[in-house]
Amino acid sequence: MKKFKVLKNSYYDSVTLMSTTVAIKKALNLVDLVMFMGTDMNKDMMDSVGLYNQVFDDATPNDLLLGADMEEENDNWADQVIEQLSNKNKKQESSDTVFKTISQAKQAKDSNIAIISVPGIYAANEAFKALENDMHVMLFSDNVSVEDEIALKDLALKKDLLVMGPDCGTAILNGKGLCFANQVSKGNIGLVAASGTGLQEVTVIIDRFGGGITQAIGVGGRDLSEAVGGKMMLKSIDALNEDSETKVIVLISKPPHKTVLDKIIKKLEEVEKPVVVCLLDAKVDQKMNNVYFVSTLTKAGQKALELIGKKTPDLTELDHELKAVIQNEIALKKSTQTKVKGLFCGGTLTAEALSVLRNDLKGITSNVAKKAHEKMEDPMKSFGHNLVDLGDDIFTQGKPHPMIEPMIRLDRILLEAKNPETSVILLDFELGLGSHEDPVGVTMDTILEARKVAEKDGRYITFVAYVCGTNKDSQGLEKSEKLLRDHGIIVAKTNAHAAMISAAIVGGAK
Amino acid sequence: MSINKLFNEDLKIVNVGSPSFKKDYETQNIDYVHLEWRPPANGDLKLLSLLNQIRPKMDLINKANEEVVAKIKAAEAKLVAVKKAIEVIPNMTVHTILHAGPPIAFDDMAGPMKGAIIGALMYEGLAKDQSDALKLAQSGKIIFDSAHHHSAVGPMAGIVSASMAVHVLYNEVHSNYSYCTINEGLGKVLRYGANSKEVLQRLKFMEKTVMPVLNQAVELADGIDIKSIITQALHMGDECHNRNKASSALFLREVSGYIVQTDFSNEMKMDTLNFIKNNEHYFLNLSMPYCKLALDSARQTKHSTVVIAMSRNGVDFGIQLAHSDQWFTAPANYVKGLMFPGFSEDDAAPDIGDSAITETCGIGGFAMGGAPAIVQFVGGVVKQAFDYSREMHQITAGAHQVFTLPPLDFMPTAVGIDILKVVESNILPIINTGMAHKDAGVGQVGAGLVSPPMACFEKALEHFVKNEQGEK
Repeated sequence: MKKFKVLKNSYYDSVTLMSTTVAIKKALNLVDLVMFMGTDMNKDMMDSVGLYNQVFDDATPNDLLLGADMEEENDNWADQVIEQLSNKNKKQESSDTVFKTISQAKQAKDSNIAIISVPGIYAANEAFKALENDMHVMLFSDNVSVEDEIALKDLALKKDLLVMGPDCGTAILNGKGLCFANQVSKGNIGLVAASGTGLQEVTVIIDRFGGGITQAIGVGGRDLSEAVGGKMMLKSIDALNEDSETKVIVLISKPPHKTVLDKIIKKLEEVEKPVVVCLLDAKVDQKMNNVYFVSTLTKAGQKALELIGKKTPDLTELDHELKAVIQNEIALKKSTQTKVKGLFCGGTLTAEALSVLRNDLKGITSNVAKKAHEKMEDPMKSFGHNLVDLGDDIFTQGKPHPMIEPMIRLDRILLEAKNPETSVILLDFELGLGSHEDPVGVTMDTILEARKVAEKDGRYITFVAYVCGTNKDSQGLEKSEKLLRDHGIIVAKTNAHAAMISAAIVGGAK
Repeated sequence: MSINKLFNEDLKIVNVGSPSFKKDYETQNIDYVHLEWRPPANGDLKLLSLLNQIRPKMDLINKANEEVVAKIKAAEAKLVAVKKAIEVIPNMTVHTILHAGPPIAFDDMAGPMKGAIIGALMYEGLAKDQSDALKLAQSGKIIFDSAHHHSAVGPMAGIVSASMAVHVLYNEVHSNYSYCTINEGLGKVLRYGANSKEVLQRLKFMEKTVMPVLNQAVELADGIDIKSIITQALHMGDECHNRNKASSALFLREVSGYIVQTDFSNEMKMDTLNFIKNNEHYFLNLSMPYCKLALDSARQTKHSTVVIAMSRNGVDFGIQLAHSDQWFTAPANYVKGLMFPGFSEDDAAPDIGDSAITETCGIGGFAMGGAPAIVQFVGGVVKQAFDYSREMHQITAGAHQVFTLPPLDFMPTAVGIDILKVVESNILPIINTGMAHKDAGVGQVGAGLVSPPMACFEKALEHFVKNEQGEK
């Protein structure tokens, strides 16, 4: 049945009426409902939908006209409509402001740095946006084209901005760690690195022996390639040279392209502050005042500490106690057990280990090696002395990086344990921001299982570990090292130290 | 900004990508914003590559866009005359019919537009009835053209024929003119495709009474400042597209004294005054030509990526850029919003009319944050209207300091839609608009929000990049 009602002097704006009609119709279970102020035009419209009645004839534009079609008799329908209509004024929850673009965030918050970890194909575009908004960029994403990297860095240089990356995993700016970084003390050593774990390792060593850092700038692994030409490293050297807090500068990279090395050396001629340069295997013949070339991350940390007047113990020696431990381990080996298997999460740590071990361990191979004869034929297979960077793209396709989620390495530990030639499994553990919440703990069950696998075969595998971290890291250095020692695992002082211990074990077993 | 400055200030991070870094910022007390990131250009690598290709020209483009925005903002607008279309509109003939939106052939037109054209042909006396008019329209003897090509705009079907009365606006700063018909009111009206006797009678009344009275009043007033009315109305809850209550009242206040002074009969004066008074959308047909005037003044600016016109013909949505007269079109969207009772979304025609010129000029939907009374179109949350007005700044090249929004601390409205920003951010301009019934003559069936199809901006970008690369 159809019912009609006029509410005199009850003005509602048309939008309120329109927006509530459907809801009220539903709430009151009406077949149809129209609500209009009594203008002639509205009356026509009500007529056209068949809900007009002569009671509306005298209504004015200030009167609310209600017309309803209902199946069930409801005498109070008009009151209920009005009640619902007045409820309408209670506001719905308001939405929080969301930021969709870098420009928007810049305008609202005056942000000064963008940390970009979107898929590589979109990453450069976001980085351009950040630079156009006068923001510094940390480009965590990889798979950014080298052309884009060059264009980004050129624009950054023009605007005196940082572009850290692409594929930059570590930075510490103004004491704040970004992405994968350890909690280290503030101090007066400034670092620039084309290497994530290399930067972590040196900052951790500096922190451990009473030093501190001003800035740790990552530039991305490709910055020192011929094409990119070290643009960002050169710029960062300038920035640290200008920075009054920075007293000592440390440069860290895997070996750069020859032309880039020349540029860096030329740049260093302008720098008055002492500079420690760690390019791992790179051959540098130059002798320069105030520039100290070292070949390991450990030595880089030690030299930097020395330059700010901090003494360090010998971090690479094998002392009596350790030698005794090594002898014990050797005694437990079967004769087949001759090889070191390094299973790394850190790329530069792998490279450093290779650099340390290549002279002692003949035929050593690695998936980070540059020289053809040192390259692993198949990184997926265990063969000979091998140092595997498990963060390599071939392992991480569709899987998390082993620093975040060690699944890849856990599987590999068991694979190595089954190989009769395995004598030493060498492991690195990175603590700090971005890493797994308990990298040692999550690996322990697998280590124990691996031992059992070997035991069944009458073999004994030595685990040598290095934990890159500080006690300020949430995972805790001491706690992590204790857990390892409690299970009879040899814990090294630095990554290079761990490599040397491994060599001593297999060297002795020859 | 410099690197060494960064070393001495607090980090304020924008996190673009993995939310897992958020907890690390929080534990270190770093001030950060996490973006609700979506792939730019909707993840379309071809478009991203286009955006990349013109990056080296960004300085040139930004400069051109600034120039365009400056011109739009500087434009002044006075209503200087109310005349027959044929007397004032360039290249108008007795057989010309102007319509809303990008050019379209009669057979392809939407129902409301065809209905309005049939009405216009009868009104002009070129046809005696509907079937006669239809035959004439299909005969090829009538020249159909986009009103935009004649410095004119019109709401909904936007039909302008030779004898129709049009507002004439003049921009003293850039010496250009624009034209728009007089708003007929609501209900059964030509712009929604109605062409019954009463519709045609009203048009005649407008031609015979409103036009001469208003024209003389405007002359006596030495022109009426339209931009100033918009400025005030934005402070009175109008956004000058879908809400024109305050502006229509302000216009009446400005013109009524002069109407009284004209030498027409009291009856004609009263009829004219009442006609304006009874139509709360009267001012729409003045805000639209103001916008057209301001935007047209910035045409032919090389290297600019600013949109100079957005318009719909009921089938396609079209945009034009400041650097050329070319249209970039794609099928128009349907308006989402509130339906008048008795109608459903199936009854609505696709988005139609030139009225999106208001948004192109930074008012209308862009100024919704200053028009809380109409936010129920967007679900009733005032905050959402604020968000729209703020968000539009993400896709414009500038801000209109003269048009400000009191509820947002007098934030200037966003002006100068930049296609680069639209494509990249995937944020489309928001348009406040009415919905026409898909059949001719039924009228308005609702109102709500609509956006242009992204394809218009994508095509414009493609063309722009090609053009820029063409001239080395």
